[in-house]
Amino acid sequence: MRNRHVNAVVIGSGAGGGPAAKELANNGMTVVLFERGDWQAFDEHNDDELCSQRTTVLGNAYGPDQDKHWRVVVDSRGNERIVYPHEGGYNNNAACVGSGTLSYGAMAWRFMPEDFRMKSEYGHVEGSTLEDWPISYDDLEPFYTQAEWEIGVAGADPQNPFVPDRKKPLPMPPFEYNLEGRILFEAAKRKGWHPFPIPMLRNSIPYAGRPACYRMRTCVGFACPVNAKCGTQNTVIPVAMATGNCEVRTRCQVAEIMLDDKGRATGVKYFDRFNKPQIQTADVVVVAGSATETARLLLNSKSKLFPAGAGNNYDWVGRNLQGHAYTAAFGLFDDEVYDDVGPGACIAICDFNHHVDGIVGGGLLANEFIPMPYLYTGTRPPGAAGWGKEHKDFQRNQFKKTIAVMGPFQEIPNFESRVSVDPAVKDFWGIPVARLSGSRHPYDRKGCEMMSARAEEWLLEAGAHFTWQRIGGGPGLSGGQHQAGTCRMGNDKKTSVTNRFGQLHEIDNVFVADGSLVVTNGGFNPALTIMALGFYVGHHIADMWKGTRLKS
Amino acid sequence: MSINRREFLKGLTLAGGSLLFFPACKGNISFWRVLTEEEASLLTAITEQIIPADEDPGATDAGVVNFIDKQLSGFYSGLKDSYRNGLEAFQDYCRKKTGANFEALAWDVQTGLLKDLEANRIDHPYWEENTASRFFSMIRNHTMQGFYGSPRHGGNKNYVSYKMMRIDYPHVIGRNIYTPRSETLNIYQP
Repeated sequence: MRNRHVNAVVIGSGAGGGPAAKELANNGMTVVLFERGDWQAFDEHNDDELCSQRTTVLGNAYGPDQDKHWRVVVDSRGNERIVYPHEGGYNNNAACVGSGTLSYGAMAWRFMPEDFRMKSEYGHVEGSTLEDWPISYDDLEPFYTQAEWEIGVAGADPQNPFVPDRKKPLPMPPFEYNLEGRILFEAAKRKGWHPFPIPMLRNSIPYAGRPACYRMRTCVGFACPVNAKCGTQNTVIPVAMATGNCEVRTRCQVAEIMLDDKGRATGVKYFDRFNKPQIQTADVVVVAGSATETARLLLNSKSKLFPAGAGNNYDWVGRNLQGHAYTAAFGLFDDEVYDDVGPGACIAICDFNHHVDGIVGGGLLANEFIPMPYLYTGTRPPGAAGWGKEHKDFQRNQFKKTIAVMGPFQEIPNFESRVSVDPAVKDFWGIPVARLSGSRHPYDRKGCEMMSARAEEWLLEAGAHFTWQRIGGGPGLSGGQHQAGTCRMGNDKKTSVTNRFGQLHEIDNVFVADGSLVVTNGGFNPALTIMALGFYVGHHIADMWKGTRLKS
Repeated sequence: MSINRREFLKGLTLAGGSLLFFPACKGNISFWRVLTEEEASLLTAITEQIIPADEDPGATDAGVVNFIDKQLSGFYSGLKDSYRNGLEAFQDYCRKKTGANFEALAWDVQTGLLKDLEANRIDHPYWEENTASRFFSMIRNHTMQGFYGSPRHGGNKNYVSYKMMRIDYPHVIGRNIYTPRSETLNIYQP
C-alpha cells in the first residue's frame, strides 16, 4: 500500500527534529516524523549501569542496536576499522523517540552572544575554519525562550552575571544544591568567582502535567522513571501528535532523499520496521538525524545535479565535525561530600567562558554527575592501582569523598574533521555507512589545560587534600554526544551548506534542523541550542509554507 | 511425619548429586554455559586476585565468573576464543614456570604472575601473537563489571558491591509514581 503524500517529513525525533515537527504540525502542515528507534521507557532497562547511555559495555539501552548499525572510523595513522554503537569511537547519541533527550543529563544552556561571532571576537586561528554564525544571539533568543517554556527549564539566571539577556524568565525555580554543590559554592565565592545553579531541562516543580524530579542518582544515561526529565518525547512530540497532523513512524531507517531532475526533493526512501523498502513523498524534507547521520543521509542522496550528495557541490557536507573537549579535575576530601541527592551536577561557573587572556573561547565548569559504581572504577589518580586490594579500598573508602569538576571546552573547528560515507562498507539494509575521520584542532589542548587548572584550584579551595587533573583535547576523533557542525549555516554557498534558515543553498525544499547547523559549538552542553534551532527552522519553514507552499 | 532441616538438606544433596550419574551424561560435565570447569576454576582465581575478599566479599562471592560466563553466551559471545585460548595459554605458562596450576599457587605468586601478564612480561609463544596486557585488561574490566554492575547480569550477588560502597539500594526518595501516558499529553501551551 502506498503512503499518503504529506507536506513534510522530519527525519529524527531528537532535540532538533521534535521541535521542528511540532512547529510544522501546529501550523497546519501534515508531517511524518521518522525515528529509527522506538518509544522507550524506564522499565525496560531500569537503572542498569552496564547498558546505560553512559556506560555502554553491554549495549545501548536506548539504541541503536549493534546488529544493524555500524560505522567506519579512521585513526590518525590512517588505519580504519568498523565500530559498533556500544564502542566509544562510534560517537553514539541514542536511537529512540526523543533520542538523547530521553536519557541526557539535561543541562539547559543558552550560548553566549560571543559564541555566535567567534571569528570577530578572536580573529583567524591557524588551521581552523573558525567563523561567525550568519545569525546572532538575538535572532535565536525568542526560540531559546520557546524551548525553555515548551520543553521546560528550571534555573536561576540572575545569579550568573555572564548570562545573556533574556526577554522572559525561566518557567521553573532552580534546583537546590546537594552537599558537594554547597561546598563548591562557598569555595567559588571565596575565589571571587560567580557560582550559580545549573539550568536544567528537568522539573523542579510539577510542570506541564508531569511531576517534579525526586533527585535520583541514576539520571544521566537513563530514562526518568517518573517522567520529570523534559525531553522532546514527553513534550513537543506528544503536542505535535495531538494536533492530528503528525504521525511518528518508528523503527524506520531513512536511506535516501529522492531528488528530481530539477534538483528538488520529492520525498524519502526508507526501510520500514519489517525492513521492507518504502517511499514517503513530501513537499518538504527536514533532516534532523544528528551531525553524523544528517551528513550521511545528504551524502547518500545523489542525483544528476548532485553527484556528490544533496547540497554537496562545494564539498562542505560533513565537514567541521566538532564536539567538546571535556576536561576535568578530581579532588579527594577528608569528610564525606556525598549526600545521594541526584543527579549530582548542580553548580556551575562561567568565569572561564570567553574573555580569558590568551584563550580562544573557553567553557563552563560544573560539578560532575554522580558516577555509578562501574564508572567510578576508572576514577583514579595517575599511578594508582587498577586492581587488587588497593583498588578495592579506594572504591570502598573514597566513593563518597570524591568531587569531580569538569567542563566542555569549545572546540576549534577544522575542515578535515569530518563525516563522509564509506565507499565499501554498508549497513544491515545495504546503505553506505558513515565514515569518521580527522582530528581535533591542536588548539583545544591549550584551552583544556587552562580549564583543568581552574577546576583543580576550585577543588583545593573547597578543601580537597589530594587533587589531580584529567586534561582533555589532544589528537583524536571529534564528535561524541555533543557532535555538531557538519552542515554549517552561512551566507556563502561556497563555504557553507545551508542558508541562515537551515535551508540547503541549492535545494530549497530540503532543510536541516539539528546540531549539524552549528558553526561553532559553544563552551556549553548543546541540547537547548539544538532545540532552539529546531524551533527556529520549523518556524521559518512554516512561514515560507504559508506564502508559497515552497513550490518555486 | 516430621523431617528436620539438616536431613532435608542432606536429601537434597543426594538428589542433586545423583544427577551427575545419569547415564546420558558422559564425559566432562560443566555447570557453566560456556566455560569448562578447568577454565572456570582458573578464572575464579584470577578474578579473586582482581577483587579479593576482605571484610567485604570479593569477586568469587559476588558471582563474577557467573557474570562473565553469562555474557560469553550473550553480549560477549564474540570473545569466547579470546577467553578460551588466553586462559589455556596463561595456564600453560604458569605450569611451565612454576610446575603447578595458577589456582594452586600461593597468593603472592599469583599476584606476581598477573602483574607479568598485565605488563607483557610473559615469555610464551601464544603471547607473541596476542597482546598479554590486552587479555589481562579484558578480564580486569569484565571483573569490575561483574562486581559493580547490576545483579541482573549475573554478578554483584545481593548487591554486595553497593553494600560495600554504602550506596542505598533500592534508591527511593520521595514518591515513585508513574504518570499515566494520557496525562503527559496534557502539556503547557503558551
